[in-house]
Formats: sequence, structure tokens, C-alpha cells
Amino acid sequence: MKRISYVFFLILVLMFLYMPVFLLAVYSFTDSESMGIIRAFSLDNYKTLFTTPELRNMIAGTFGLAIVTAVISVILGTSGAIGAFYSKRGIKTFIDEANQIPVVNADVVTGFAVCICLIVVMNMRKETFVPLIIGHVVLAVPFVYMSVIPKLKQMDESLYEAALDMGATPFTALRKIVLPQLASGILSGFAMAVTLSLDDYFITTYTKPATFDTISTYVVNATRGAQTEIKTALWALSTIIFIAIALIVLCMNIGTGKERKNV
Amino acid sequence: MKKYFSRRYLCIPYCIFLIFFVVLPVIVIFYYAVTNGEGEFTLNNLSAFFSSGYAIGTLLYSIAIAFTVTVVCLLLAYPVAYILAKGGIRKNNVLLLLFITPMWINFTLRITALKEVLTAIEGNIAYYPFINTIIGMTYDFLPFMILPLYTTITKIDNTFSEAAQDLGADSVKVFFRITLPLSVPGIISGVMMVFLPAMTNYVILDMLYNSTFIMGSLIGSYFSAYDWHNGSMISIILLFIILAANFVTDRFADGNAGKGRAIL
Repeated sequence: MKRISYVFFLILVLMFLYMPVFLLAVYSFTDSESMGIIRAFSLDNYKTLFTTPELRNMIAGTFGLAIVTAVISVILGTSGAIGAFYSKRGIKTFIDEANQIPVVNADVVTGFAVCICLIVVMNMRKETFVPLIIGHVVLAVPFVYMSVIPKLKQMDESLYEAALDMGATPFTALRKIVLPQLASGILSGFAMAVTLSLDDYFITTYTKPATFDTISTYVVNATRGAQTEIKTALWALSTIIFIAIALIVLCMNIGTGKERKNV
Repeated sequence: MKKYFSRRYLCIPYCIFLIFFVVLPVIVIFYYAVTNGEGEFTLNNLSAFFSSGYAIGTLLYSIAIAFTVTVVCLLLAYPVAYILAKGGIRKNNVLLLLFITPMWINFTLRITALKEVLTAIEGNIAYYPFINTIIGMTYDFLPFMILPLYTTITKIDNTFSEAAQDLGADSVKVFFRITLPLSVPGIISGVMMVFLPAMTNYVILDMLYNSTFIMGSLIGSYFSAYDWHNGSMISIILLFIILAANFVTDRFADGNAGKGRAIL
């Protein structure tokens, strides 16, 4: 009895979490303009999504920005973590503490502060995309740093020393010995940077060029507008992203499941 | 022979980045908050905030929203985390993943979906702004509450509750005297993950046609009015609230669980 009520409760919460996205997915395959009115099956939303240049550019821009952000964040965060790990106490404390600022801070405040500092004070131009990219990196890089540091703690120090003793230059030793041992941390940092950048709304609105939109800013603007064609095309986008994430999670899970069996 | 290259030099780019783009912006908004348009020092921005009924009303409304959302999230997330961790259902990360996957779907798209459902149910969602905002934020933030709670509850040693049962405590007593106190670090982390975003994420209100403001929307409206000084003051006030909350909770919170957003 207890078990049944447990399962029942879990199912209720799952329904709350998934029902809207799921219903939207169903309606995205019809030609209806709002929920509750079922008309005929149609793929028009998907056609609009992939053929409207504005929508295509927006999607490509969002993913482009996320990749650029993640690459910069991984380089900066990984080198920062390695450097900080071997630095004197004072410097390490400074990096650790400064690193926490964007993590605990509200995104609105981070976005506003970055915007004022870069655009109003330093006079950078939004059109160059530099403030936007810096803003996204500010948001993402602390998480790369935080996922690399634990791997450094687990690392076997003697391997690096051995490589140096056998004549490797510090750079070669870093590349061949240290980086492979940090790989899993770097990878999860990269994934986190991509998700944070894709999900961000606030930093983007404060620093983006007027003509550029990410999925988040575009969706928010579209809900204010009255173009139903665009609105329902976004249902299709939501469905595709939902399916893509479900597949990624599934693959990750199968992957880790296999690893566990091998151990 | 001392090497010219040391690994610690690798932190120089990140140090410079942090100084210019993380620390400096905070100093800049602090400077803007305590100066006026002519660059003179003034506390007018601060007193303007605390003497304006509108601003105070906004602060109170955000606290009301954030408090309600946090309580609702906690009431939903705690049983979920507890059942997943101790419910005797086969321990399986797949189930947990089901509950936290939504946090990887773009939140504006998820709120769009919710908005369509609410519109279909209620007709015009603008009639119930408060309740819809609560539903919207709960829908968005619930996974962030479940994850730290689960991490903490799953670590609680079963022998404690077994010992309590052996000594004659009934299950209600075991829960309130053993499990609940031991899960406090997770509760605090979860509350932090939900309360602060709920005070600042004004996009959810916007999208659900709630015309009342929360603290985040004040920054947004000052931003669109090019009023850097008052906007900075609001940011600083929020920053102080956040730092104070972190300072208090750092003592209790579970180090790992606090970074709920960081666990992938």
C-alpha cells in the first residue's frame, strides 16, 4: 500500500514536470494555433522552423554562441584551475573566491554588472559580440573551474615528475600526462558551459547586439508578439530540443551503465 | 637548474579575466550605486529605494513570491527525494535523471509550454497572475530543489533509523527525529537554489502576464530607461541579500549539494 502511494506520488510530480512539454509536442504536429482545439495532422510548424531564415539564424546563432562560450571557458577554466592548484595560498584563495561570485550571484545582477562595466565604462560596442561572449564566459567558466579542481586533487603527482625526469618539457608533460587525467572533469565542464549558455536569458539581453537573438530572447519576444505562425513554429523547436535532450540523457545513461559493468 | 616554466603561471589568464570581468563589474556597479549623474558621491539612490513605496512594495512582493515558491517546491521535492533515496524502490539513477532532466531544456520554451496549458485550462491567464507565477516558478525550479535534497538524504546512514526503530520509535518519530534533522543541509541548499532565482527571474512573470514587479524586473526596467545609477543600487541591494544568505547558509550547507546546478 505504502509503495503504491509512493509510486503514485512520483507519477503525479513527473506528470507536472513533463505534461506541458509533452502536450506541446503533440500539438506541434497539428495545424491548431492554441491548445484544446485539435484539427488535422500537419508538419507545417516544422517546415516553418527550418525554412524561415530568421528562425534558422537564431537557432544557429544560439548554438554557435554556446560552442564558442564553451571552448573559451574550457581553455580559461582548465588552465586557471591547474595554475591555481599549484599557486601560493593567497592567489588560490583569490581565484576560489572570485570564481564563486558568478555562481552565487543572480543572473540579472551579473548581466547588468557586466553590461555596465563593458559597455558603459569600457565603451565596448555590442555589435562586436565581444560583450556577449565575455558575459557568457563569465557565467560558464566558474563551473568548468569547479569541475576540474576535484580531478587535480585526485591526480597522481609522481607521473608528472617522472615525465620531467625522463626529459619531457613541462608543456609535453602537461599535454601528455596532466590533461588526460583531467579529461572527465574538462568534459563535464564543457557540457555544463554549453547548457548554461543555451539556457541563459538575462546576460544575453543585457549584452547582445540589437539584431542578434538567442532561443531564450527570441522566445520571450515572440510570446509578446502576435505572429501565430512563429509561435507554433517554436512549439516544433521545443519538441526537437526535448527529444534531443531525452536522447542525450539516455545515451549517457547507457554509457555509464556499461562502464559500471566493466569495472 | 630552475625551470623557466612553472605550472602556476597558467592561472595568469584566468586571474586577469576574473579581475576585469568578474571583480571589476561588481566594483563598477558599487561605484554607480553611490554616485549621481555628475559623478558626485551620494546616498540618494539608497534613500530613494527605501523611501519609495513602490520599491518597497516590489521588495515585499518578491519576498512573498519567493517564499511561496520555495515552500511549494520543498513540499513537492522533499517527498520525491525521500522516496527516491529511501522509498525501497529499486535504487536507480534513471529515476532521479527523469526528475532533473527538465533543467536542461531551455526554460523559456518550458514556460511557453506551461503557458499554453494554463491558457487552455483558465481561458485568460492574466486573471490569476499570482497563482500562475507560483505554478510557473515551481515548474521551472523544482528539479533544482530535488537534486540537493536527494544527494543529502541518500547519504543518511540507514543504521540510525534502524537503531531508533529498535529502541521503540515509530516511523513518524524516526522521520522527525532522525531523517529530517539530518537532511537540513540539503534543505538549505535547495532553498538557496530556489529562493534567489524566484526573487529575480522576472521573465517567468513577464511571460505569464503578471504585471506586478519583482526585484529582478526593477533592474530590467532601470536598464531599459538607461538609469545606471538606480539600477546599480538595486543590484547592490540584491547582491547584499545574496551574500548575507550565503554567509549564513555556508555553515550548514553540504558543500557538494550546494552546487546543484553544477552536477551533471
